[in-house]
Order: sequence, then structure tokens, then C-alpha cells
Amino acid sequence: MASLSDLISKNQNALIEAWTRELLGNPTKSPGRITDAELRRQTHSLLQLIASALESNDDVASPAWQPTREFLEETSRSRVLQGFDWAEIATFIFSLKKPLFAVVRDACGRDSNELADRTWQASRLVDELGLHTVRTLQKVRDAVINRQQTELLELSTPVVKLWEGVLALPLIGTLDSARTQVVMESLLKAIVDTNSETAILDITGVPTVDTLVAQHLMRTVTAIRLMGADCIISGVRPQIAQTIVHLGIDLTDISTKATLADALSLALKRGGFVVTRRGAS
Amino acid sequence: MSDERIPILRMGDYLLVSIQVDMHDKLAVRLQEDLTETISRHVSKGVMIDISALDLVDSFVGRMIANISAMARILDAKTVLVGMRPAVAITLVELGLSLPGVSTALNVERGMALLRKQLERGEHADERHAQ
Amino acid sequence: MNVTRSDVLAIRSEYDIVLARQTARALCQELNFSLVEITKMVTAASEIARNTLIHGKGGSMRWELLVENGRAGLRLVFEDAGPGIADIGLAMSDGWTSGSGLGKGLPGTKRLVNDFDIQSQVGTGTRVSIVRWK
Repeated sequence: MASLSDLISKNQNALIEAWTRELLGNPTKSPGRITDAELRRQTHSLLQLIASALESNDDVASPAWQPTREFLEETSRSRVLQGFDWAEIATFIFSLKKPLFAVVRDACGRDSNELADRTWQASRLVDELGLHTVRTLQKVRDAVINRQQTELLELSTPVVKLWEGVLALPLIGTLDSARTQVVMESLLKAIVDTNSETAILDITGVPTVDTLVAQHLMRTVTAIRLMGADCIISGVRPQIAQTIVHLGIDLTDISTKATLADALSLALKRGGFVVTRRGAS
Repeated sequence: MSDERIPILRMGDYLLVSIQVDMHDKLAVRLQEDLTETISRHVSKGVMIDISALDLVDSFVGRMIANISAMARILDAKTVLVGMRPAVAITLVELGLSLPGVSTALNVERGMALLRKQLERGEHADERHAQ
Repeated sequence: MNVTRSDVLAIRSEYDIVLARQTARALCQELNFSLVEITKMVTAASEIARNTLIHGKGGSMRWELLVENGRAGLRLVFEDAGPGIADIGLAMSDGWTSGSGLGKGLPGTKRLVNDFDIQSQVGTGTRVSIVRWK
């Protein structure tokens, strides 16, 4: 009884024909975004890779299957770019089952045990390859999400010029490593561009200040100080004050204020501004 | 190569150093020594280090700056570091250097104002102690 | 992962540290890294190059332009045949300090790059590899 690898090799052309027909036959499987010739080429390449890898073993995760995995990754990626959705891309692999089972059935004849074993082997193989494809798609999507998150971060950290020489950055949401980088870059650039002496970091909108957030905050404050500007932290709630003391953070060089208004008042005073109300008695 | 030095400008009681080149380590060490010697010789009251032309400050240069500041203090002079670029500040902080004890200002103009203010404060403090 | 181009620089004197910085900078610019990314990578190169010279008693820096999964990267590998580091764990554990601490500056340098790898054996030498991806 021939191995699965032999079966595939011997029946390659038939499999390619049947597989391609499966794919082209179902409109949802291949809505004209890919040419017949290209599809044929891909099924041909993939079958050859599978047949050759099967000669070593049927463990899709093993090194012998690396070329096959890479081919699947490449094909999936290009399909995403061509506009196919997940179901369509995964179906490319899963539709191999029907033709493959047909080949197995023909080869096994009346031997039902052999038929069951080979069918199971073929089924498991196609499932693993399909899963690998889905995993690749997940990675591609995650990369897109990450990039979009970065863009969103940049949009959501606006630096506001409150007065001549006074900038404010209201931080909203958690402060993680990536956010801190974006915050530092945009704030420091703004300080240079506006020649501002004071930067107010308002943390009213930061829900929790734990060790990590405090470290990120301190990093930002230190960078501001190194450049030669002053930093005031505003929006410090009582719980945050407690956390900062608990963490033993040294804030002797940094002023903290409960409200943005107080921080602005201090910044103006430092800048030599005096605010008076007209007509006050 | 061995005669290369970073020039130190003297403006009355103040010294101004503008670092414009990518210093090799020996040049940095030489600057530190030259400054110590110059502060002492002229009894300078303040030192301004302008790094606005530097697109990089690594831990060696960072330590050099901290050392200059500390050594100047012993010689009764104040130091101000001016013009650090944003990318440099971000990198130094990530590296773990915060240069505590080094005064900073955005640019030469603000740096001079700070030096003068620190000097006045220092003189008043001295007078108070003397009384 | 593919290495598209690579070359080696000797690190035998402090002028070589400057050369290492300049080389790293040129390569980062070629890969179109942002200003902050360039500053971090070149600073990291400076730190490790100095370690290689001072602690490693001289060695080399090999640079490699990488391509993996469609992204470009720069790898710098510093090798020396110096005394080696006895306790790598300790050397990497300084944490984020707010002072201008002495020591080999490895934890700080690690934060400046995406991938950081260090191999060292007492009496044989040290090898540090740093990578930044675009």
C-alpha cells in the first residue's frame, strides 16, 4: 500500500486539476481576483512541496515542512493584499480535502482499515496546513493593528500651548512604553519649536499610577529637564500622591499641582507674568 | 591629532564651551582637564556647555558633563548645560542617565540668565553666612 | 532572515569607536530610520564598541543589513577575545537608575535596541549582538 506521499506524487496532475476545479467552481472561493493560470501554478507548487515534505514525515511543524510553511505564508500574504478575506484564504487549503480523499479512496479499494487510516492522515494534514495559514493571517492582522495603534497614539497626544512659554500635555488613558515614546517625542519637539520654558503634564485622565506608569512618567520628566525646560505635573489625586510616596520616587525637583489651573498659575509666575483683573476694587 | 582641543571661550567671569564635533574619548577627557585648569586659573564663576550641535551624547560624554559640573562646583563655579536635542534627551533617559546635579537650560541666552541668577543667589547666601 | 550586505570594522582604538558610530549612523540613514531610532542605535553602538575596547581589550564590529518578513533591520555584532564577563546576570541587572552609574551600561543599552544578545565566557571573550528593525 503506497504512502500518502507516493499517492500524491503519482496522482499530482489529477489532484491539481480536481483541486483547481473545486476552487474555481465555487464562486465564493475565487471571485476572479486571481487568474486560472496563477491558481494552477500555486496548487501545483503546493502539492509538490507537500509531496516532498511527506517523504520525511507528516509533522507540519517540523523543519522538513519549512518550505511548505513559507510558501503558505507567502501565498496568504499576497491574497490578503489582493483583497481576499479569511474564509476565502483558508478555503484555498481546505478544498484540497475532497480531491485528496478521492485519490485515497481509489487507491485503498476494499481495504476499509487502510482507507480509514489514510483518510485520517490526509484530513489531519490538510487541517494542520489550514491552521498554519490562519495563524499567518492572524500575524498579518496583528501587524496592521499595531501600526494603526501607533498612528492613533500620535493623534491622541496633542500638545497645547497655554501661554507664551507654557505648554500643556493632557494625558488620557494608560501610559505604557509605546505611548511614553510618542509623548516624549511630540512634547520635546514642541518645547524646541515654541521655545517654551515650562511643560505641564496633566495626569487627570490617567486612571492608575503604578510602578510602571510612574517610571514612564519620570522618564518623560527627566527628558524635559535634560533639555532645559521645567516640568509641572498636574492632576495629582490623593491616591496618586500616596502611590508616589510609597514607591519612594524623589520629586524634589518637580512641582506637582492638583489642577491644571494651579499649574498654569505657577508656570505664569515663573515666567514673570502677573495676571490682574480689570476693574477690581 | 594629539593637539586637537575643544576651544574654551572666556567672557568675563564666565566660560563658554561649544562642543561641535563627534569627540573621541581622549578629546573629551582633555576638555575636562582644560576646563578644570581654566576655571582655576581665571577664578571663573560660571561655565556654560553648549551641546546644541551634538546629535549624540553617550554615557562617556554624559559622565564627562557630570564630572565637569561636580568639579566646577568644588572650584566654586556653577555649570549650565544648554541646547540638548530632543532625540538625545530621549536616548539618555532610556540609557538610564539623568545627570543629577547638572543645571540645564534651553539655549545659550536662557543659560546665561540662569547662570547670572544662580550667581546672585550664591553671593547673597555667602553674605548671609558671613554675617 | 536574509543578510543583504555586511562588513567588518576593527575596534582597536578610540578613533575606531568614532568610526563605529559613523558607520552605524550611515547605515541607519540608509535604512531610513527616524531621528530618534538613529540616535538610539548609534548610541548603543558607541556603548558596546567602548566596552569591546576597554573591557574586551579590543575586537571587531561586524555590521549586517537584514531583511526578514518584509522588514529591514541593522545588526551590529561586537566580538572580542578579552577576559569575558563572569556574571552576565549581574551585568544585565542594573535596572533603571537615575544616576550616572559606572559599569558596563548593558541594561541601558538593551533598552535602546529591539534585539539584544550577549554571549560571554571567562578567559575566552565576549560577543554582543544588537538589532534595530525598521
